[in-house]
Amino acid sequence: MSERPLLKLDGVALIRGGRLLFEGLDLTLAAGEAVLLTGPNGVGKSSLIRLSAGLLRATSGTVERSGAAALADEGLALDPRQPLAQALGFWARLDGGDAAAGMRAMGLERLAPVPVRMLSTGQRKRAVLARVIATGAPLWLLDEPGNGLDAEGLERLAAAMASHRATGGAILAASHQLLGLDEARRVALA
Amino acid sequence: MIALILRELRLALTAGNALLPPIFFLLVAALFPFAVGPDAPLLARTGGGALWMAALLAALLPVERLVEPDRAAGLLDQLAVRGIGDESVAFAKLAGHWLSFGPPLMIAAFPAAALMKLPGDILWRLEIGLAAGTPGLAALTVIVAALTAGLRGTGALAGLLILPLAVPILIFGAAMVEPGGGGGAVKLLGAVSLLLVAIAPFAAGAAMRAGRD
Repeated sequence: MSERPLLKLDGVALIRGGRLLFEGLDLTLAAGEAVLLTGPNGVGKSSLIRLSAGLLRATSGTVERSGAAALADEGLALDPRQPLAQALGFWARLDGGDAAAGMRAMGLERLAPVPVRMLSTGQRKRAVLARVIATGAPLWLLDEPGNGLDAEGLERLAAAMASHRATGGAILAASHQLLGLDEARRVALA
Repeated sequence: MIALILRELRLALTAGNALLPPIFFLLVAALFPFAVGPDAPLLARTGGGALWMAALLAALLPVERLVEPDRAAGLLDQLAVRGIGDESVAFAKLAGHWLSFGPPLMIAAFPAAALMKLPGDILWRLEIGLAAGTPGLAALTVIVAALTAGLRGTGALAGLLILPLAVPILIFGAAMVEPGGGGGAVKLLGAVSLLLVAIAPFAAGAAMRAGRD
């Protein structure tokens, strides 16, 4: 493989709150690849996602990223008073992305004028994923992206992930669901 | 960066909080003469200092909504993932906070001075002092807002943290509006204010980063 991997974890260990979550973890994610993190609650899946996003520092080992990353976690990070289209537009302007494309992909067009605070849990999750799609970042870091989504939402997520990988993107997802990543590599944390 | 400052400003204005600091300021100006009596020379002597205390407390009003909601909503994380430094975010908050309360306070100072019967030259010194001192107050508020983000019941704690640090601004600001005050005080006020503005992005940024672990 000639190009650099989008994400490379090398011998990573992480201690949080005095507890060793994992150590000696190696993970390489190249264009078009996807990794599904599995494991019981509290094992460090979310921490690994945040580590990959650069929000946590590894206790030892190195985390290398080439190119931008987009993060979807439990944080909504949209101004509750603003209509959805404007709230997503704020991030699209920062990223030079396309908020409308993200909303289309997650089926949110009809909700564009609705203030964010009026959205349901599932609609909020869709909005978070729409922001990821809109960034155009090659690496997607998804923490429990299927939570709260209905069957149609899960289908849209799977389709978005497939087309992202087809266009040279990579995905690191932590989930208890398969998310349509059946053939993806699994990394089980224990 | 400009997008971030505009967002801060929009939040401050749309949340209906923009009027709060100047109204609070005017409230003090309206109540103070009732409390000390309508004695014009006494008001002229003490009114400037009272207005400075009002300005300090007005700056403190939005301390709980400056950083904590953004931290809780994951907005600070999303900005960090995009490679936008916490220092830049803190600076944007400082600029947005100052724009939303500094100039309105300077406008409110005109009717406030009338309520206090402050003579014209003292009003001008008050205006210059506010222009020099309010950035420092905004910087202090942002630092403390970042330090207390993630804690519960931060209002009282924030006040306790800010007030001692704000004492130099209060001393030099009040010294400016004393009859016969001025010259030296404005330089010291500007120096304190400048120092706080210079420190704030780094202190608040470090606090926001530390809050992530």
